[in-house]
Amino acid sequence: MFELLGVPPQALFGQVLLGLINGSFYAILSLGLAVIFGLLNIINFAHGAQYMMGAFVAWMCLNYLGVNYWAALLIAPVVVGATGIVIERVFLARIAKYDHLYGLLLTFGLALIIQGLFRNYYGSSGLPYGIPPQLTGGQNLGFMFLPTYRGWVVVASLVVCLATWFVIEKTKLGSYLRAATENPTLTQAFGINVPLLVTLTYGFGVALAAFAGVLAAPIYAVNPNMGADLIIVVFAVVVIGGMGSIMGAIVTGFSLGLIEGLTKVFYPEASSTVIFIIMVLVLLVKPAGLFGRAA
Amino acid sequence: MTDLASSDTQSAAVVAETDDSAARLHRNLFIAIAVLLAVAPFVAYPVFVMKVLCFALFALAFNLLLGYGGLLSFGHAAYFGMASYVSAYTAKNWGLTPELAILLGTAVAAILGLVFGALAIRRQGIYFAMITLALAQMAFFFSLQTPRFTGGEDGIQAVPRGKFLGLISLADDRALYWLVAAIFMGGLLLIYRIIHSPFGQVCKAIRDNEPRAISLGYRASQYKLAVFVLSAGLAGLAGATKAIVFQLASLTDVYWTMSGEVVLMTLVGGLGTVFGPIVGAAVIVAMQNYLAGLGSWVLVVQGVIFVACVLLFREGIVGVIAKWIKKPL
Amino acid sequence: MNLKTLLAATALGALMAAPALAQQISVKAGVLNDRSGIYADLSGEGSVIAARLAVEDFKAAEKGIKVEIVSADHQNKPDVGSTIARQWYDQDGVDLILDVPTSSVALAVSQITKDKNKIHINSGAGTSDLTGKACSPNTVHWTYDTYALAQGTGGAMVKAGGDSWFFLTADYAFGHALERDATAVITKAGGKVVGAVRTPFPGTDFSSFLLQAQASKAKVIGLANAGGDLTNSVKQASEFGITQGGQKLAGLLTFASDVHALGLQAAQGLVLTESFYWDRDDGTRAWSERFAKLNGGKKPTMVQAGVYSGLLHYLKAVEAAKSKDAAVVMAKMKEMPTDDPLFGKGSIRVNGRKMHPMYLYEVKKPSESKGPWDYYKQIAVLPAEEAFQPLAETGCSLVK
Repeated sequence: MFELLGVPPQALFGQVLLGLINGSFYAILSLGLAVIFGLLNIINFAHGAQYMMGAFVAWMCLNYLGVNYWAALLIAPVVVGATGIVIERVFLARIAKYDHLYGLLLTFGLALIIQGLFRNYYGSSGLPYGIPPQLTGGQNLGFMFLPTYRGWVVVASLVVCLATWFVIEKTKLGSYLRAATENPTLTQAFGINVPLLVTLTYGFGVALAAFAGVLAAPIYAVNPNMGADLIIVVFAVVVIGGMGSIMGAIVTGFSLGLIEGLTKVFYPEASSTVIFIIMVLVLLVKPAGLFGRAA
Repeated sequence: MTDLASSDTQSAAVVAETDDSAARLHRNLFIAIAVLLAVAPFVAYPVFVMKVLCFALFALAFNLLLGYGGLLSFGHAAYFGMASYVSAYTAKNWGLTPELAILLGTAVAAILGLVFGALAIRRQGIYFAMITLALAQMAFFFSLQTPRFTGGEDGIQAVPRGKFLGLISLADDRALYWLVAAIFMGGLLLIYRIIHSPFGQVCKAIRDNEPRAISLGYRASQYKLAVFVLSAGLAGLAGATKAIVFQLASLTDVYWTMSGEVVLMTLVGGLGTVFGPIVGAAVIVAMQNYLAGLGSWVLVVQGVIFVACVLLFREGIVGVIAKWIKKPL
Repeated sequence: MNLKTLLAATALGALMAAPALAQQISVKAGVLNDRSGIYADLSGEGSVIAARLAVEDFKAAEKGIKVEIVSADHQNKPDVGSTIARQWYDQDGVDLILDVPTSSVALAVSQITKDKNKIHINSGAGTSDLTGKACSPNTVHWTYDTYALAQGTGGAMVKAGGDSWFFLTADYAFGHALERDATAVITKAGGKVVGAVRTPFPGTDFSSFLLQAQASKAKVIGLANAGGDLTNSVKQASEFGITQGGQKLAGLLTFASDVHALGLQAAQGLVLTESFYWDRDDGTRAWSERFAKLNGGKKPTMVQAGVYSGLLHYLKAVEAAKSKDAAVVMAKMKEMPTDDPLFGKGSIRVNGRKMHPMYLYEVKKPSESKGPWDYYKQIAVLPAEEAFQPLAETGCSLVK
């Protein structure tokens, strides 16, 4: 094995940049999860499966409807978000009064069903999906070759993350949401339709997952397992960031991508475990995560 | 997590806690189980029954922590798996007799439980669960990176069944069955004793209202750690025995989906009931076995069971029965 | 002799011949593989279809042999696989287990088959240990192994000019074995391994590792991984312009189903070794058409072809030996040369290794392909003797 200690600075910059790009994926995925947990107190284990559905809807748009990537970026979140709304109305609303654990187990069960159905129908090797022609190729930055698509992913992810944060923290709609979480009865007494708000929020969180799925389709293999592999990492990101905090999820997502990227250079075998080590350390020092409210 | 195990069975539990008829019912159930165990190898495939018993013990151990300690662990595979590796390795490479290998595996699991538990119990609820998951992932990573010990993804194969106490050969499935049945029965009785002891009462008090228990003078963290270690050790016992039965220890045993399976077994059987996990394990293992021919549909069926259990049978099979007969099970 | 006596003699003769005909041998074969996970497409239901085709082509009914086929999903877990194998042998009267991809499960099943004295014909797994240090008198390793893949992809590529290599190795025993075997072949053929990186298994994003491979300027990037890791690394390699930049990609364990999942745009130029390709000659084409009709239009992979070929040879051996006793049938299988339209003529060595040529392929460019599944162009043929490990080096106890 060829250990790269004393990595030349150019290679290091390249890896750092790649790490940040991956971080943008983690950020947008954990954003959806953080929105759902932070505002609804639901631990949505089906998030990985919904991410996978987003990628598959993009594929279906291309292969069944002849619709391209750009339209899929809008269609997939809406379609998958709609299924999310159905899930919330039919399943989650019924168990809302019980312990968090049941929500987690229910969404875990749903994830198994969704994954199993897709696997049965589409096989497990995956389906081909290419990079849209407007985004192929790349720039030679000197220290590395940056594919244009990856640059687009960072931009799209940052825009969506910041927009979501802004809506939730700085607008009136966001304040209704936050009030509904803290005290649903009182908020409802003010005339705000809390159940509708809850349903739409869940749908929005799921739509975020599907958006990440469409972003992923051109560069990661589109297969039914793609979500399952990512889900526990995304959970770890959300927990480290603090389960109620939107900004926490975003910052932690990017930071984690960075740390993972550096680990891939110096001790690559550990790059998928480093996040768990960090999670244990953070939770021991800051019980509610880096930015979280008290548990 | 406070309303978890006791939500619907609370009234029944409070009423029948010190009820004599409940104790008699349990005694009869134990006799029935012993009889079933005695008859089983002659009517069913012994290896299948042994698999059920190992997983039932695993689920019982997990339920001890969750149902009676109120602590949801997502990392129980670590104890199950590491014990099975230790048991397999010592039986194969050090030539230990099976009972010593199993004891050593159990001991290692208990120590691991002590270390992980000390770290995890500092936090509550979902954070506790995530720490246990993270620690179990590290155990998985360790297993991956030490192929000389664990055999990597080939696992440790061809583990000899050996001779019990150096005298009785366990190569025959029936002979091994009696040992496994005895271990299971012992584990079950031990857990029952723990639950119905003063120690168990304190644990339940802590589960239901920790601040109040502390105000009464009980050192909650010590009790929680003790339950954690007991649960980990018993899970290890199940894992170590399984390694001898199947003559193999592999990465599946330490992977997080194994932790998920034990949650499923306990949920289906009945959280917080004594006999629930046994039923749950039997159902899940049987389902995996007999549906193996269905391929992908197994995943879907498992998912449907999860969903149905959460929506409709939150108390689990045994929990529903307990509510019906108005006695704790 | 008058008519009555003649008739009586005929009747008597018929009666005496009847027991020989009525002595039917009943064989139960189990196809054990991954039907729901990452290897479901390269084995799965397709292997069961292949097995049924073998029974049909063998014309079992006419020969007085009754063949029943059962199947199960081992989910790539050694404990699930060993439970099913045990139950099949102990309770369900299965005589023969076929397929079994995933090396850890294969090793477990091989061990149990030896303990219960049955037969295992492995088509799906790669580990050369099955005919090496873990060899068994009850196991035949049919389709391919890691040694042959290394010989093909490694050796042939060095000969074709790819003499500097960088490995992306999945960090688990199988990945390490692929890297190790390939390195041995490359250095022997005069090439050099300039670097390697261990990628966590399973992984999704390989961009960081591919960047390192690109920076190394090695002529060939060896992908010592399989399944999802392979598809992701190939897809991302094309994104980073690696093949456009002049470096070649070698997939050390690649199946036609992987290329189908990638699409030619992403996979073009990938070099790989397989022992069977549906479009190789008329014999393979004809069989593959029959197979595809039963498999939803999907053409067979080499693993599925191996199940057909293995079961066919087993049945021929049972017919010749007039018995299904494991030791007797195994001796016949190793004694009789093998011959079928899929793998051609071959034989089985004393250590259980099936011998047949291996083929080096390169994935076509989209412009070169005439339609779905038209993916490969043949680069070289590796004769069996060169492809598989020499008996003396295997470390198998059966080799005297």
